[in-house]
This record gives sequence, C-alpha cells and structure tokens, in this order.
Amino acid sequence: MQNDTVKKLVRNGAIWAFILFQLVFFEVAGRWWSLSDGAFMDMDSMLLLLKQSAPIGIIAVGMTVVMINGNIDLSVGATYALAGIVMLDSMNWPFMQAMGDSAIPLAWLFALFTGCLLGLINGVIVWKTGVDAFIVTLGAMLGYRGLVFMYNGEQPTYHLNWTMVDFAEASILGLQTPAIVFLAVVLIVWLVMTRTIHGRNAYAIGDNREAAVNAGIRVGPHFVLNFVLIGFLAALSAVAFYSGSGSVNPNDGMLFELWAITAVVLGGTKLTGGRGSIIGTLGGVIAIQLLRRGLNHIGAQTETVNLVIGTILIAVLFLDRQLNRKGAEELKV
Amino acid sequence: MADTAVKSIGGVLARQGILVAFILFMVGFALWNPRFIDIDNVFGVVRSSAILGIMALGVTFVVIGGNLDLSVGSMLSFSAIVVLDLHENPAFGPALAIPAMFAMTLTLGAINGFLIGYLRLNSLIVTLGMLSAIHGLTLTYSGGQNMDIANQNETWFGVFGRGTALGIPIPVLIFVALAAVLGILLAKTPFGRKVYAVGGNPTAATFSGIPRARVVFMTYMISAFCVATAGLIQASRTMGAPLLGGSGTIFKTVIGVLILGFIQNGLLLAGLEFYVQFVVTWIIIILAVWLDIATKRGKLWSPIA
Repeated sequence: MQNDTVKKLVRNGAIWAFILFQLVFFEVAGRWWSLSDGAFMDMDSMLLLLKQSAPIGIIAVGMTVVMINGNIDLSVGATYALAGIVMLDSMNWPFMQAMGDSAIPLAWLFALFTGCLLGLINGVIVWKTGVDAFIVTLGAMLGYRGLVFMYNGEQPTYHLNWTMVDFAEASILGLQTPAIVFLAVVLIVWLVMTRTIHGRNAYAIGDNREAAVNAGIRVGPHFVLNFVLIGFLAALSAVAFYSGSGSVNPNDGMLFELWAITAVVLGGTKLTGGRGSIIGTLGGVIAIQLLRRGLNHIGAQTETVNLVIGTILIAVLFLDRQLNRKGAEELKV
Repeated sequence: MADTAVKSIGGVLARQGILVAFILFMVGFALWNPRFIDIDNVFGVVRSSAILGIMALGVTFVVIGGNLDLSVGSMLSFSAIVVLDLHENPAFGPALAIPAMFAMTLTLGAINGFLIGYLRLNSLIVTLGMLSAIHGLTLTYSGGQNMDIANQNETWFGVFGRGTALGIPIPVLIFVALAAVLGILLAKTPFGRKVYAVGGNPTAATFSGIPRARVVFMTYMISAFCVATAGLIQASRTMGAPLLGGSGTIFKTVIGVLILGFIQNGLLLAGLEFYVQFVVTWIIIILAVWLDIATKRGKLWSPIA
C-alpha cells in the first residue's frame, strides 16, 4: 500500500525533479564555464520560455488526450500549417478586407474550423474503418501536407495585420498571449479529463477497450471527439503563433508530432493508453524547452539537442519500465 | 458453374487485392498517357523506387515481427553521410569506407534490436528516440555541411547508384536480388516462420520455445542492413528523399513500393501538380489497409460501437 504511494509520487514527481535538476545544472554549468554572462534562471527568460513552448505545448495537450484514449495523431504538424494558411489567406479575401479589423475573429474561426474538420476526418476514419490510428494519421500527415502545398505551392502565405500582432504580443503579468492560451488550454483540458464523464470514459477506453464496450461506453464517438479536439488545438496553436508572425511557410509544423509525442511520453503518459496526465505533459513540454535553452546557454551546438533528447526519451522509457514492472510471476515474453 | 467462377474471381481479388489494384492503375494510366508504359519510363520509375523499396524490404521484417521502425529515414541519411565522409578520408578510401559504414549502421540497428528485443521497450518510442538521436548524430558528424565527393570521375564509387549491368540499372538489380533473398528467408525458412509467430502471438511463440528477443533483434539487424544498402545507393547517386511504407509479405511490399512509384510518375505524366501525389498516397494507404482488414474480418465497416 505504502509502496504504491511512493511509486505514484515518483511517477508524478519525476518530470518536475528533472526540471529542477536542469535549472540547477544549467545555472551552475553556465557560470562554471563562464560562457554566458546572464543568469539562466531570471524571470524574463522563464516567461519567454513559456511563450516559446506554447506552439508545441498546446498540441501536446491534445496529444495527451488522444494517447490516453489509446490512439495517436501524427498529422498535427500538417493541420497546424494548414490552419495557419487558412487564417492568413482568408484575411486577403475581398469581403474580409472590406470588413477591416472586424474580420480578425472570423479568420480565427475559419482556422479553428479547418482544424476541427481535419480532426473529424481522422476520427471518423479511425472509427468507421477500424484501421489503426497510427496508419490513418500517418497517411493524413502526408495527405494534409499535400493540401498545404496545393494551397499556395511552395510560396509562403502572409498577411500582416498590426491589430493582430498587437493582440499576439499583448501581455498580462508579463505573460504574452501564446503563453496565456497555453496555460488556459492546460487548465481547461485538465478539468475535462478529470471532472467530466467524457474524460473518465477516455481513460477507461484506453485502459481496456473491451471492458469499456462491455460497460456500455460508446467507443467511437469518444474517439471522434478527441480527434476533433486535437485538430482544434493544433489550429489554436497556429492561431496563437501566426497572429504574431504573419507568415506561414508550407514546411512549417514538420516534426511537431514528434516533439509533441516526446513531451507527452516524458510527462508520464502511457503509450498503450489508459494512463497519463495533462499536468505531466506541461512538465514534459517545459523540460524539453529548458533543455533546448540550457544547451544553448552553456554553448553546446544546437545539433546536440536532438541527440540528448533522443537519449533521454529512451532512458525515461527504460526507467519507467523498471519502476512499474509488474510482479515476477508475469510471463517473460 | 458461373457461380463458382465468380467465387474464385472473388477469392483471387481478396487474396491478391494489391496486385489487382496495381494492374488496374497501370492500365488506367497507360490509357491516359501512352508514354507511361514506355520502357525507358518504366525503368526510370523502378530505378527511383529502388532506394525506398530496399528500405521497405527491411521494415517488412520488423513490422511482421510486431514492431515499428521510425528511425530508418534518419538512419539512411546517417549512412549516406558516413560513407561519403569516409570515402573522402585518405585513410579509408571507397574499399574500406563501405564495410565501415555497414558496421556503423548495423551498430545502430543492434541498439534498436537490443532495446526492443532484449529490454522489451516499446518500439514506437525507442525508434522515435533513435530518430531524434541519429538525426543529431548525423548533424554533429557532418557539422551541418553537405558532403560531396571531390573527384567524381576518379572513383568507381558511383557504380552503385549510376551504373548498369546488361542494360539494367544496378540499384534495380540490387533491389531485385535483395527482394528474392529476403522473400525466401521470410517465406521458406524456419527463421521466417519464427518472425511471423513472434509478431502474431508473442505469448504462444514464447511457450513454443521461440527465442522472441533474438528474433526481434535479428529483424532490426535486417532492417539496418537494408538501410545501409539503400544509403550506399543514395550516396552513390547523391539524390533522393526517403519515405516509409510496406507491410505483409515481401511480394506485397515490392508491389506496394512500385504502386507508389508508378502512381507518382503517372500523376506527373497526366499533368497534375506534384503535391497531388501526397493526397493520393494518403487515400491509397488508408484504402489498402482498410481493404486488408475488411477481408480479414469479413465486414467492410468496423464493429466499434
């Protein structure tokens, strides 16, 4: 009994311990090698860190939900790019231009609608065909990227609107809009996953689909809802980011799915579904961003980031396995 | 009589659906644009499919063994960069560069195989981590620079990517030879049957005394070997982009790779935009897997409530 509590504490606390370790390590290492005059842990750079983790972080929250549900979504990067393109391109449509600044909320709606629609397509295919979500969204990763390129060729899509930029760079208590959106998404989705029937069912389905079906849960609609949610969040991430930058490159968002999955797994979500937490993912996202900044802070080459993160990912998987090993009577297969 | 004929045609369709689809595509494109079945064009497509095809051969073993390998793409660029760099290194030269590169790539495969086979870690995450790590390794190794062979005319290294024998491009010959060897290995040997057993039902396989860990380890070694071969060809012609694809049998893999190659080519000849093929590939991937599953369960739509 007590053993279980310790295990739970280790599992939920590990990512935060890792973050703390990084903060101390990079602070000390930065001074030791005196490669950087600035402190690593000052307030401004931490606020900036939160803003920079927003695009991947918002998507990672959606990925957590989909993975808890026992699925995966590899198409989020392409959804992100397409939603960004729709948002900026729609601002150039004649009737939108005629509306002036009041067209901005409409452009956001178009983008969010695009995200929901792409998510819906994935969800319905997974539900109705029974093809594994990995394959469905791997195909969609290609297909949606094809749509991105068909929209505007290899040209960037841009539209600079200063009201939109001001909105994206507005800040409350030092937190800029993308960071606020990120934290709000974490809070809301955390509430949905812990306090609603849908959240509880999503855990149940991911843990044991057959048992969930026998308990009378309709698996399909929950799948679809979660795919729509991740599509929506990918589009929201694009809205938060491109409102400020004003330009989408057709290659944008590539490898976002890998970073999001990495953050989710670092945060303790089980790949097989049924277990995981939104707060853990928040930790995972921050840990990755800290690592990027930290390695940069101590003057390591940017290329080493990939090497370090890949190694850490495998190490985490190994440690998790060791910590959560079932009884010795389990068949060694 | 007519009834049995219909049934047997249905049986052929169900079993060889992917081959039938391939033939339909070929006929369709040929009617659309006769240049499609021109012999030069056909060879061109097969040649450019060879690199993807060789990688898919290896991935087939991994997938049948019940795992995934996401790291083949980054492993391909790693092996290509390494072989080019060692080729330019006076201490190595082409004759030593190739075995050295194979050894290094196989080491990466051994890491995958050890972590997934012996430590039984989840293959999706391990190979995702390896994808990232190998990517970092390649960038660190090359310093972010492109690698080129300085004196391209003074080396026989280009033979793997550009050469021909008996009028057939060397990459195609390698692809065909590897497909034949690996096809026999998978379909006709005890090892091949063990791969199916491990992928189909790991528990039953363990009870039957099949060394699961070693079999999985070997599938990753085969995958790494195929990647190294593909990397050699890639480096030798210094062009091309890697992709993922393939499942089932070696035969289906070959057909699948050829379908993607010919569709890409057919769409281009039909005058469609390059990027349309991404969307078409998406539809084909899902349709192919869906039909495969539908025939197995005997129902078109999934029973999920």
